[in-house]
Amino acid sequence: MMETVKLNIDNREVEVQKGTTILKAAKELGIEIPTLCYMHLHDLNIENKPGGCRICVAEVQGRRNLAPTCSTKCEEGMVVKTHTTRVLNARRTVMEFILSDHPKDCLICPKSGTCELQDMAHRLGIREIPGQEYAEVSTYRKDTSPSIIRELDKCIMCRRCETMCNDVQTVGALSAINRGFMATVAPAFEQNLEHSTCTYCGQCVAVCPTGALTEVNHVPQVLRALADPSKTVIVQTAPAVRAALGEEFGMPAGTLVTGKMAAALRSLGFDYVFDTDFAADLTIMEEGTELLDRLGRHLKGDSSARIPILTSCCPGWVNFFEHYFPDLKDVPSTAKSPQQMFGAIAKTYFADKIGVNRKDLVVVSIMPCLAKKYECQRDEFSVDNNPDVDFSISTRELATFIKQANIDLNNLQDEDFDAPLGESTGAGVIFGATGGVIEAACRTAYELYTGKKLERLDFTELRGMEGVREATLDFDGTPIRIGIAHGLGNARKLLDDVRSGTSTFHAIEVMACPGGCIGGGGQPLHHGNSDIIKARATAIYAEDRKKPLRKSHENPFIIKLYEEFLGKPNSEKAHHLLHTHYFDKKKKIIVKQ
Amino acid sequence: MSTIKIELREQDVAKIREICASFNNDPQELINVLHKCQQHFGYLPAEVQEVVSAELTVPVAKIYGVVTFYSFFTMTPKGKYPVSICMGTACYVRGAEKVLDEFRKELGIQVGETTKDGKFSLSSLRCVGACGLAPVVLVGEKTYGRVAPDDVKGILKDYEQ
Ligand code: SF4
Ligand code: SF4
Ligand code: FES
Ligand code: FES
Repeated sequence: MMETVKLNIDNREVEVQKGTTILKAAKELGIEIPTLCYMHLHDLNIENKPGGCRICVAEVQGRRNLAPTCSTKCEEGMVVKTHTTRVLNARRTVMEFILSDHPKDCLICPKSGTCELQDMAHRLGIREIPGQEYAEVSTYRKDTSPSIIRELDKCIMCRRCETMCNDVQTVGALSAINRGFMATVAPAFEQNLEHSTCTYCGQCVAVCPTGALTEVNHVPQVLRALADPSKTVIVQTAPAVRAALGEEFGMPAGTLVTGKMAAALRSLGFDYVFDTDFAADLTIMEEGTELLDRLGRHLKGDSSARIPILTSCCPGWVNFFEHYFPDLKDVPSTAKSPQQMFGAIAKTYFADKIGVNRKDLVVVSIMPCLAKKYECQRDEFSVDNNPDVDFSISTRELATFIKQANIDLNNLQDEDFDAPLGESTGAGVIFGATGGVIEAACRTAYELYTGKKLERLDFTELRGMEGVREATLDFDGTPIRIGIAHGLGNARKLLDDVRSGTSTFHAIEVMACPGGCIGGGGQPLHHGNSDIIKARATAIYAEDRKKPLRKSHENPFIIKLYEEFLGKPNSEKAHHLLHTHYFDKKKKIIVKQ
Repeated sequence: MSTIKIELREQDVAKIREICASFNNDPQELINVLHKCQQHFGYLPAEVQEVVSAELTVPVAKIYGVVTFYSFFTMTPKGKYPVSICMGTACYVRGAEKVLDEFRKELGIQVGETTKDGKFSLSSLRCVGACGLAPVVLVGEKTYGRVAPDDVKGILKDYEQ
C-alpha cells in the first residue's frame, strides 16, 4: 500500500500520497494555485520544475519563509494557506519584479491573448509596476530562422524551452546562459538558431509562456497570393489540424472540425481545398512498397537490404538524424513527407490537369508543425526556384487568419474537400497521432504481402502514449517487429540500438513531437494540459472509424493517380517526384595543418 | 543550416582530448575539464568548447551556458600584460575604483576585455593580501602599491616598446 499523508489546505482536509507536492494536493481540492515556470504534461511524462519564479508560494504554518508549492512536498499535519494577505502581497511583488524589465508592447505581441504572463498579470490584478522610472527594460536582438522567431527580451527564464530541447528532445540547441539580469536562453555562442543543431520541432515554442519564442508568420504572404488574380491558390490541410483547430474557437479539445475547416478555407478564397491526407495515402503506397521490398529481400537473406526501415514523414525527425545520425542516413525510407508529396503532385499532375503553369500555382499547407516551414524551403524541394509548397502555416496561424476574416467557424455548415487531391482513407487520417503512420502502413503492407484481406483494421497494440512502444504483428505466419517512438529523446534510444546493431525491429515509426503531430509545435497551445493531446488522438481515431475506406491502397483517386500518371509505386517517375535524399549535417572538426 | 567547421591545430585538439580523457570523458566533470582547458589555453574560445562538446557528448549550448555563468571562465584571450586592480575593502576605500577608471580610460577597454593589439587586458580582483600597500595593481607578475590615478600613465609606460 502507498503511504499517505493528511494535511489541511485553506481550512480543508486532504489525504494524498506521500511525495505529492502542495500544488497537486491543492488541485485535488479544486484549489488552483497560480504557477508560471512550472509545467507538467502528465501523460507524456514531461515535467519542468525549476522552482524559480515563486508565483506559486503559500504560507505553511510553522515555517518562516513562504513555500513554493510546485516543489514543496506535503507532510503529515501540515497547515497551508494559499491566499493570505502575505501570500497575495508576495505574489504581487514577484509579478511586479518579473514585469519590471519586461517589454510592454502587449498590444502588438504575437502571443497577445494566449500569453501566460499576460494572463497572470490579469489574474493578479496588476495595475501598476512600481519603479518604472528607473527600471531598465531588457533588450535582446531578434533572431529569425526559417521556422521560429526568438525575441528573448520577453523571456522570463522559466526554462521550459530548455527542458523540452534538452531533456525531452535531447537536441540541446538551447541552454540558459549568463546570470542575473543578463540571464537568457540561447544557442551556443548566441549564434542564430539557424546555425545551431535545432530541428525546428517547435516544442520550445509550444511551451513558452510568453512571446519570447513564436513561429514565423506566413499569413501575409498567403493573403497576398489570394488577392492576386493571376494566381491559382490551393490549400492542403494536415490530419492533425482538424482535431485541434476548434480549440481556438472555444470548442472542447477533441472536437473534429473537418467540414467546418473546409468551409472556412473555401470562404477565405482558396481556389481548391485539398487534403494532405490524400498525400498521406500516397506516402503509404511509396513507403509501404519500399518496406515490403526491403523486408522481402531481408527475409530472403539479402544482407544489402537495410532493416529496420524508418519512417521519414516527419521533417523534425529528418533534421534530427541529419544532425545526429548521418551515418545512418540510408536507413530511413526515402519517401518524402506527405506535405512535399502533395506539393510535387499538385505542381505537376494537377497543374497539367487544370492547365496552369506551376509558377502561377500557389500551394499553401496548413500544418500542426513548425518544421514544415523549414522543410518547404529546402532547395531540393523546388524546381527552377519555384517551391513545390510555397507557404506552410500553422494551425494557430490559420485560426488567426479565420478570425481576421470574421468567419464564424462555430456556425459554418460542413463542406467537403475538392476532388481529386482531397479524397483520403482512414489510414491517411491516423497519420496525425503517434503510431498512426505505421498502423496505416501495416494495413496496406499486410494485404500486399499476404494477398489476404485484413480482417481487423484497428491495430490497437500500436496506439497509446508511452514514449517508446513495440509490438509484433502476425503477417500470416511471418512475425513483423514494429517499434514506435515519439519525442526525439525516445527516437534517440531506438537509433542508438540501430547504430550498435542490436535493434531487432523490422520497421520503426518516429515522430519528433510528443503525441505525434497532434502535439505539434504549431498546434493550439496546450498550456501544460496533456489531456488536450489525448483528446485530439481520440478524435483522430474516431474520424478513421467513420471513413468508408480505411486502407490507403483502396483510395480510388490514388489508384487513378498511378494509372494516369505515376505508373507503379516506386516507379522511376514516382522516385523522381516522391522520394528524396538526406544530408550529413554533423559538425566537423577540421584540423589545421 | 550549414555545417559548422572548426579549425584548430592538431596539437590543440590532442591536448583537449587528453584533458577530457583524464576525466574519463565524464559529462559530470565538465567544469573541471573547462578549468584545465582554460589553464592550458588561457581562455576558452568557441572552438575549444566545440571539441569538449564532442568528447564529453554535452551539447555545446550547455557548455557555453556554463562558461557564461561562471565569471572565472573567459572567452577572450588575456593580453600580453594582464592588468588586475584589487577591489578588496582596503584598496577600495583608498580609491581603487578611481584607479580602475583611469585604466579604463587610458586603455579604452572595460573589465574583462583586451586591447585590440592584444597587449593589455583588464580585470579586477578580491584582496590580494597586500592591504598595507593599498590600493594595489598587478601587471603580470609585477605588483605596484599605493597607486594613485595619476600613476596610471607611468605604469603603462613601463610596458611600451
Ligand atoms: S525547435 Fe526543437 S530543436 Fe529547435 S530549439 Fe526548439 S525544442 Fe530545440
Ligand atoms: S524563452 Fe520562453 S520558455 Fe524559454 S525560458 Fe524564456 S520564457 Fe521560458
Ligand atoms: S511555479 Fe512554482 S516556482 Fe514557478
Ligand atoms: S584589499 Fe587590496 S590588497 Fe587587501
